[in-house]
Amino acid sequence: MQFLQQMINGVTIGAFYVLVALGYTMVYGVLKLINFAHGDLFMWGAYIGLTTLTGLLGLVAQGSAWFAIPAIIVVMLVVALVGVLVERIAYRPLREAGRLAPVISALGVAFILQSLARNIYGASYKTYPKEVALGGGFTFGGARVSLMQVIVLLVSFLLMAVLYLFVQRTRIGTAMRAVSLNHDVSRLMGIDVDRIIAIVFLIGPGLGGVAGMIVALYYGSFDFTVGWVFGLKAFIAAILGGIGNIPGAMLGGMLLGIVETLGAGYLSPQWKDVIAYLILILILIFRPTGLLGERVAEKV
Amino acid sequence: MRNLLSRFRSTNPLYWQGALLVLAILAPLPLGDYYRSVLWRTGLYAMLGLSLNIIVGYAGLFQLGHAAFYGVGAYTAGMLNIYFNIPLLLTLPLSVVVAALLGYLLTRPILHLRGDYLCIVTIAFGEVVRLVLVNNIFGITGGANGLSGIDRPVLFGLTLREPIYHYYIVVIFLIVTIFATQRLQESRLGRAWKYVREDEVAAEAMGIDTTRVKLLAFVLGSGWAGLAGALYAGKITVISPDQAKFMESVILFCIVVLGGTGSIPGAFVGTLGMVTLPELSRPLKAWRDGWLGLAMVTMMIARPEGLWPSRHFRREIRSEQEAPDPSLAVTGRSG
Repeated sequence: MQFLQQMINGVTIGAFYVLVALGYTMVYGVLKLINFAHGDLFMWGAYIGLTTLTGLLGLVAQGSAWFAIPAIIVVMLVVALVGVLVERIAYRPLREAGRLAPVISALGVAFILQSLARNIYGASYKTYPKEVALGGGFTFGGARVSLMQVIVLLVSFLLMAVLYLFVQRTRIGTAMRAVSLNHDVSRLMGIDVDRIIAIVFLIGPGLGGVAGMIVALYYGSFDFTVGWVFGLKAFIAAILGGIGNIPGAMLGGMLLGIVETLGAGYLSPQWKDVIAYLILILILIFRPTGLLGERVAEKV
Repeated sequence: MRNLLSRFRSTNPLYWQGALLVLAILAPLPLGDYYRSVLWRTGLYAMLGLSLNIIVGYAGLFQLGHAAFYGVGAYTAGMLNIYFNIPLLLTLPLSVVVAALLGYLLTRPILHLRGDYLCIVTIAFGEVVRLVLVNNIFGITGGANGLSGIDRPVLFGLTLREPIYHYYIVVIFLIVTIFATQRLQESRLGRAWKYVREDEVAAEAMGIDTTRVKLLAFVLGSGWAGLAGALYAGKITVISPDQAKFMESVILFCIVVLGGTGSIPGAFVGTLGMVTLPELSRPLKAWRDGWLGLAMVTMMIARPEGLWPSRHFRREIRSEQEAPDPSLAVTGRSG
């Protein structure tokens, strides 16, 4: 049952991509900006999770996997706050400055975040404390499912469902969708556009940070470059589903995770990343709006 | 200050161009080998910056995978030299051709994309090229460690070993580059690029073959980056996929944009900021990326036109930001 095993692993990785892709797609939705710093916010989630967990373990003699829950909440809050700060400092002054300036600024923020991580935590690989690792699992139809995978999937799907309902059903969610269509008209409708954008920068990086911590827990080790590769993959997922489109990011992330894992399993693990990039190139050549995207890629 | 500048501008450009040339020739003489190498690197990256300037500055196409062509040029020269014993100087034109051809093949299908979409595909292509080199395709690229043992270039029986020779070679190619890009900018093609950059639909309506014009920008820029790659292979004699990594592409992109998009002196100022200063401040190396990032954010907020902008771009960016022309308000671009 190698296929089933690959599918389970693929869905798990897909869930990570979804959590990160949501941040890209929401920011792109409201600002039409590729937030290159998003991957590094994700990376910071992993580091802040590490600090929080070590701190907690220092306080209590007996470690337990439950510590991950308060740590996730801390990570979510801190990374969301950093996200809002980044928007306030580096993106808001450039909102009317065309499209090139914010992209460069975003790359600059990415450099700053990476450099900070490298200088604070060092360039070597970091591992999460053993006490919080979850062992165990079960076999299902010949494929092994670890307890960790079950929790990853539960947490991701819970977050996705909450976000979807939030965007579709609440007033703020409606305002978000309006802002993504047109800033000026939203303002005329009495929407505080700046506030909505700030909220997007709370939610996107918040989810990204959580993903960072879960990924670090799942793989066990990471370093300061993890954000770049993972961020680019998640971004591909967002494009695949149709950027600016929240269900699209979910579909794209899952698809990318599955295709990549199957490709690595049946073709060659070395070419795994190439497969992801080729998907991106093909989708942009043949269907730049993505699978679920409706709007035209770029207006004249 | 302003007065001085305008007086400076009104002097015959030949005078200060000549002075700069003399300075470029004399500069390495009192320096040691390390600083000569730094100068060489500055010249090489200025050349790369100017090659990318054709794509980003003149034609307004966002290329964030330019380092791939630099890498491909280096690999072409290196592999031809190692496997076929072709002297390095003879591989230079071949590197140009291979990089230009690759530029043609890769960008031909994506020319219809604009703005940030184009930017993303170029990132993806750049990464694919790097991964192909890392994965040691057909067993000829040497994998992640790259290739070593490339011959030094030989000129009239003289093996060019010292950094100073390589520096002068780069200076010669730089002069050619500056001359060529300046002529290009003012040529019919250059004007077509400008038109495409400003308004592609209008350009098309005026009978400009936009596909061909954009393709030419990519091909010329990529080919020239390939040449720089071959020059790199000749001095360092070791090449690795790291040359094609995304960070390099970002540095090149920043050289152009922070220096001043479309500006030739801007490419030099950008190189000084992005390559030379970080190289000289080795002790600060750990924080290098952080400083670069900070500079990028600050520049975009405070001086988006770059440090030494071409007059045209400055006007364009500043007028868009500060004083919107009322005549543009009705027909002005939206979305």
